[in-house]
Amino acid sequence: MFSELSEKLENALKRIRGHGKISEKNVTEALKDVRLALLEADVNYKVVKQFTEDVKVKALGEQVLTSISPGQQFVKVVFEELRDIMGEGASEITFASDPPTKIMVVGLQGSGKTTACAKIARRFKSKGRKGLLIAADIYRPAAVQQLETLAREVPVDVYYEQEQANPVDIVKRGLKEARKRAVDYVITDTAGRLHIDSEMMEELRQIKATMSPHETILVADGMTGQDAVTIATEFGSTLGLDGVILTKMDGDERGGAALSIRAVSGAPIKYVGVGEKLDALEVFHPERMASRILGMGDVLTLVEKAQDTMDVKEAERLQEKLLKEAFSLEDFLGQIKQMKKMGPLEDIVGMIPGFSKMKGIDLDEGALVRVEAIISSMTPQERVDPDLIDGSRRRRIAMGSGARVQDVNRLLKDFRQVRKLFSQMNKGKLSGMLRSLMG
Amino acid sequence: MSPPLRDDTKQVKKDFVSRIKNLKTRLRKSRNLLSDGLTRIMRGGGDKARILEEIDELLVGADIGVRTSAHIVEQVSSSGISLNEQTVREAIREEIVGILSLENVPEIDTTTRPHIVMVVGVNGTGKTTTIAKLARRLTGEGKKVLLAASDTFRAAAIEQLEIWAGRVGADIVKHKMGADAASVAYDAVSAAIARDVDTVIIDTAGRLQTKKNLMDEVAKIGRVTAKLVESSPHEVLLVLDATTGQNAISQARAFSETCGVTGLVVAKLDGTAKGGIVVAIAREFGIPILYIGTGETAEDLEPFDAEVFADALLT
Repeated sequence: MFSELSEKLENALKRIRGHGKISEKNVTEALKDVRLALLEADVNYKVVKQFTEDVKVKALGEQVLTSISPGQQFVKVVFEELRDIMGEGASEITFASDPPTKIMVVGLQGSGKTTACAKIARRFKSKGRKGLLIAADIYRPAAVQQLETLAREVPVDVYYEQEQANPVDIVKRGLKEARKRAVDYVITDTAGRLHIDSEMMEELRQIKATMSPHETILVADGMTGQDAVTIATEFGSTLGLDGVILTKMDGDERGGAALSIRAVSGAPIKYVGVGEKLDALEVFHPERMASRILGMGDVLTLVEKAQDTMDVKEAERLQEKLLKEAFSLEDFLGQIKQMKKMGPLEDIVGMIPGFSKMKGIDLDEGALVRVEAIISSMTPQERVDPDLIDGSRRRRIAMGSGARVQDVNRLLKDFRQVRKLFSQMNKGKLSGMLRSLMG
Repeated sequence: MSPPLRDDTKQVKKDFVSRIKNLKTRLRKSRNLLSDGLTRIMRGGGDKARILEEIDELLVGADIGVRTSAHIVEQVSSSGISLNEQTVREAIREEIVGILSLENVPEIDTTTRPHIVMVVGVNGTGKTTTIAKLARRLTGEGKKVLLAASDTFRAAAIEQLEIWAGRVGADIVKHKMGADAASVAYDAVSAAIARDVDTVIIDTAGRLQTKKNLMDEVAKIGRVTAKLVESSPHEVLLVLDATTGQNAISQARAFSETCGVTGLVVAKLDGTAKGGIVVAIAREFGIPILYIGTGETAEDLEPFDAEVFADALLT
């Protein structure tokens, strides 16, 4: 997410960061680079203008110029402005006191509405909520089937109609069904439409009037360019928006839409879609996002991800084992599997402060798969006691996992080293070892 | 019970009526910002530097990109023309037409049968709809067309293509959802050879250009067809969403490197987005734009014309 914007902004700020003194001249200069970085990231040019003006006024204010490290202070101003432009804190969909909580999902064609509906349902499902999806896209071929297939994966029920009916009536009857089933929430998936198609926008207005949703959510493609503001403004003025979901944020999108949409429409960004799987939906935290954009990492999200996927007791047990040199290849395999559950390596690394630069490096996800295959081809005994593995066993393991004998050797060697490292850590030899390494 | 597969003829008819508007009327909605902006700037007066800076902003606002906008402004500035609304508009227009009118585009051999076209792009740009439109053009010319449902990933993508195939009068070869995309393509090309088909169009799943394994998969689909028909796919079309910003450059780069894109299709040009990004792409990569999508029905596909496109942006 935001990798390119992040890199450019970091470069722009690096020059000013170390300065003991900052003047109007070097602020102006840094802001020129900031402006370019934002424009190339598709932030709307009007938003960019406002942003750089605001930063300049604050940066040249008393507090920055007279502070002990004005360079750092300037970075702080940029961070705060970025954060504020993206919203005030996380804003998840909340459940209404009078169920069902009604959610209406709208957007352009291809922005990812149907997938977003299923992802929200999955999120609610994991909280033990019961829901119903209403299929109101009667226009696109096979749209209903798409929602139905995704819903089965959640799983959640879908209300749809066999006969050609008008979407407003479908929603009316779908709501009735939702009340009958006493569900906690209902989500209407509407057809994609252009914000300038007055006939289709009128249909949305009627659906909204029928449904009176608690949340009207715009789904917008994270790769949208300058037009993002027009789209958000049009949908906003016709319907009134309660929130935005930005999709496809797992590519190298510039993410300018994230900055522009909120600034222009005032509607908070609630979630971001970060992958094709149904659980790839993250709550949007403006502060953490600003931190990520400026290459300061996002430890909080990383910790949350780890907590979501890891079992604390299990982690403690492993730590114990590591220190006693009882850590086996079996445990190692377990670790790899948990890592993979946390998401793509590259995303994880990007959340570690100072590591955003590593993003360019080709992290070899395939290496993990190969290691997994090799360990899976070992017998349980071999996993506990790798010393058992002699030449013929090595050949067997290599054959079984489709790897080369050298790969098996390398894995065993790496494993022994790691194990040794940890046991030495326990014996307090680490500082000596580090010294010898840095020699 | 599964939901019904709909193919509403009433809707099709309604679409047919609505399409009888020409390209210019439809693009008019989308050209106001740039055109009106130019008028406002030139009437606002001021010195040359300010005027050029505002024009630069206007071009960036049309997704043309920072670098290409700067290039265009530089050309206008150094041309020595007097800065009035008409001359500036004309100079920008000429510059854009110049960038878009690519030379040295390799000729594509369209005589081989079956002619194989693979359609690629990120998620949600309009690949399947574009394929339907292309197929309609070809069947309209009396050609025999076969569609390969190689998007085996997205829920109901196969059903969507199937409905379109029925509407536009094309054959379809499909497997089940989750099947190997390359083997669908292989079967489709084999079937095309057996049935003496003129053109095979391969629909692929949307994929973000940064997902290495998915990009490898699309390259594999291309390699597989070459086993049956030499130097195929003859064309690889990248479908871009007109609302996409600077990310489209990265899309063009990645798909070109992976599967040798031969042409672009810009979809969804009937909105307010101007698709200005293609100017930057043409300048940077020299990939020709072949078609533009201007609506939701099978007929809403027009051959790209640099002059018309530039006019739609600027007049």
